[in-house]
Amino acid sequence: MVDAVLSARAVDPAAVQAARRYFLGRFGVYSFLTFFAFIYVLPLFVVVANSFRPLPEIIQNGLIGFPHSLSLKAWGQAWDTYCVGGTCEGMRHNFFNSLEMTIPATIISTMLGLMNGYILSKWRFRGSEILFTCMMLGVFVPGQLSLMPWAFILGNLGLSNSIAGLILIHCVQGLSFTTLFCRNYYISIPDDLIKAARIDGAGFWRIFFKIILPLSSPILIVTVIWQFTGIWNEYLFGVVFTAGRSQPITASLIGMASGGINVRVYDVMSAGVLIGAIPPLLIYFFGGRYFVRGLTQGAIK
Amino acid sequence: MSSLTISGLRKSFGVVEVLKGVDLEAKTGEFVALVGPSGCGKSTLLAMIAGLESVSAGEIRIDGRVVNSVAPKDRDIAMVFQSYALYPTMTVRQNITFGMESRRVPRAQQDEAVKRVAALLQIEPLLQRKPAQLSGGQRQRVAMGRALVRDPKLFLFDEPLSNLDAKLRVEMRSEIKRLHQRVGKTTIYVTHDQVEAMTLASRIAVMHKGELQQFAEPRTTYDRPANMFVAGFMGSPAMNFIPAEIADAEGATATIAGEGGQRLTLKLARPLANAGANRRIVLGVRPEHISLARSEGQNGKADQAVVPALVEIVEPTGAETMAELRLGERTIVGRFGADEAPRVGEKVSLAFDMTKACLFDPTSERLIG
Repeated sequence: MVDAVLSARAVDPAAVQAARRYFLGRFGVYSFLTFFAFIYVLPLFVVVANSFRPLPEIIQNGLIGFPHSLSLKAWGQAWDTYCVGGTCEGMRHNFFNSLEMTIPATIISTMLGLMNGYILSKWRFRGSEILFTCMMLGVFVPGQLSLMPWAFILGNLGLSNSIAGLILIHCVQGLSFTTLFCRNYYISIPDDLIKAARIDGAGFWRIFFKIILPLSSPILIVTVIWQFTGIWNEYLFGVVFTAGRSQPITASLIGMASGGINVRVYDVMSAGVLIGAIPPLLIYFFGGRYFVRGLTQGAIK
Repeated sequence: MSSLTISGLRKSFGVVEVLKGVDLEAKTGEFVALVGPSGCGKSTLLAMIAGLESVSAGEIRIDGRVVNSVAPKDRDIAMVFQSYALYPTMTVRQNITFGMESRRVPRAQQDEAVKRVAALLQIEPLLQRKPAQLSGGQRQRVAMGRALVRDPKLFLFDEPLSNLDAKLRVEMRSEIKRLHQRVGKTTIYVTHDQVEAMTLASRIAVMHKGELQQFAEPRTTYDRPANMFVAGFMGSPAMNFIPAEIADAEGATATIAGEGGQRLTLKLARPLANAGANRRIVLGVRPEHISLARSEGQNGKADQAVVPALVEIVEPTGAETMAELRLGERTIVGRFGADEAPRVGEKVSLAFDMTKACLFDPTSERLIG
């Protein structure tokens, strides 16, 4: 009986055809995906490879190619000896500038976003919805629109060409995003929790720290990742409001690419680009899955 | 001594008036149920008592003190929410002690209070768990524990059983009743379930469209409802309303429409004095006050009125059987014992128990006899 069924299945032409069609379909899908993955990964490969290839080899064999010999020289040059705009100190300063700017700006804008979101969702007042809508404009208004006002403000505050000035800009510019994230997350926390806590005798701050904040880790991770990578990668404000040694790393990369009078130093440039990309890459590498989880998760399971 | 006195309480959200002047009072130790359909304002009223909603006009007193502008935490109340509102990141013990922590009650006193409440509600094994690890009934219990630990002047319950399944709801209902009998605290209990209100309350406040329709003992709201809304809302299946007309000058008899425009005469148990002949009324008869008059002998009974009807639908529920009966142009519902229920298509004589019948005015809808 079992044999009969098995042999019958083996010669069933419809089943064979279906299996072939399935295989061809899969093959098509995977080829398609592999092709696009290749396109996406290629630039990363080129940059990583070139940062380890000696310059003569790049010039000889072209930009795209496997390293024939490994050299860490380019990394060292990019870090502290390469000359940009007359000073020969590499990108070290700019890297630390970026850290000095990104970490405080991320922390401050996230904390303000948590607080704004908490107030706009759980302590609504007359006009709070209008206020929220106004803040949301910041999400849609392009940053270049505020270049002139910022120039005016930084000039008056004496913060031109300083990291403190950029911190201020990024805190304000990022506020609409962090507020939007947190407010929309807190909306899903039941109001009854707040009411129960008020009857229990807890006030504004105690409710925030004891009830809201312990529920906030998903959105906290999302906001921190978003702000950190956004501020680190930001370039426009850095170029416009700082110069030379005060520039964040994204701005100084441009200086490196455009300032040279001699031959293009592809090896140093590749290493420089990678140095500038490492922090956001690390953040995504370690926090990426929490980011996706946090975006799709509600407050209370 | 009353724990709660509410007078002329009004609430508006913009132009929408949600409460239109409510007067209510609860004596110390009393269990008052606020009952009504959704949107009647009962939950708003409770939120105002708790201090979670502001007062548009009128006065709320708790233990004689006007609390209109007193913060919720200073009103000496405890509340159980429909969603339980347990703090998700805290253990059961932390949930229960959160209020005491906020009020800086000494640790030793907290431990003692937790012990007392946990024993009372039998939740000792759950104290270290998080709310997500509890079943619906257990969460409900913890929510009550959080309220009980306070020893407040007033307990507020906002539809606490509506998230439980039917069987658990009945169990928790009797548990709440037992708890109230043991603790004896003044309780205000909001529900849309009239059975819950009937079983639990010492007095029921029936609300509709922001107005208090009747505030009385359960028996009274059921037997002598103040108006047609209360009569229709309390009891399931609902009371039958039959249009009738007073037939004589003394108001001792009334007629209702029968088959083919024919008028059936009923004798009223309590004559409607000064009503005048031909006055229109509404006769309210509860399904359980309709019985079958099979034998001719029952016909003559003074307190019964017999009318012919056709059985259209029979719905057995086990212990009893509901029947939809065609009386002239309208359908009424009767409630019968499982053994004595009529059969579909059967022509029966119905006996109305006229001593229990309610008479309403058709325009004002108020009880007139």
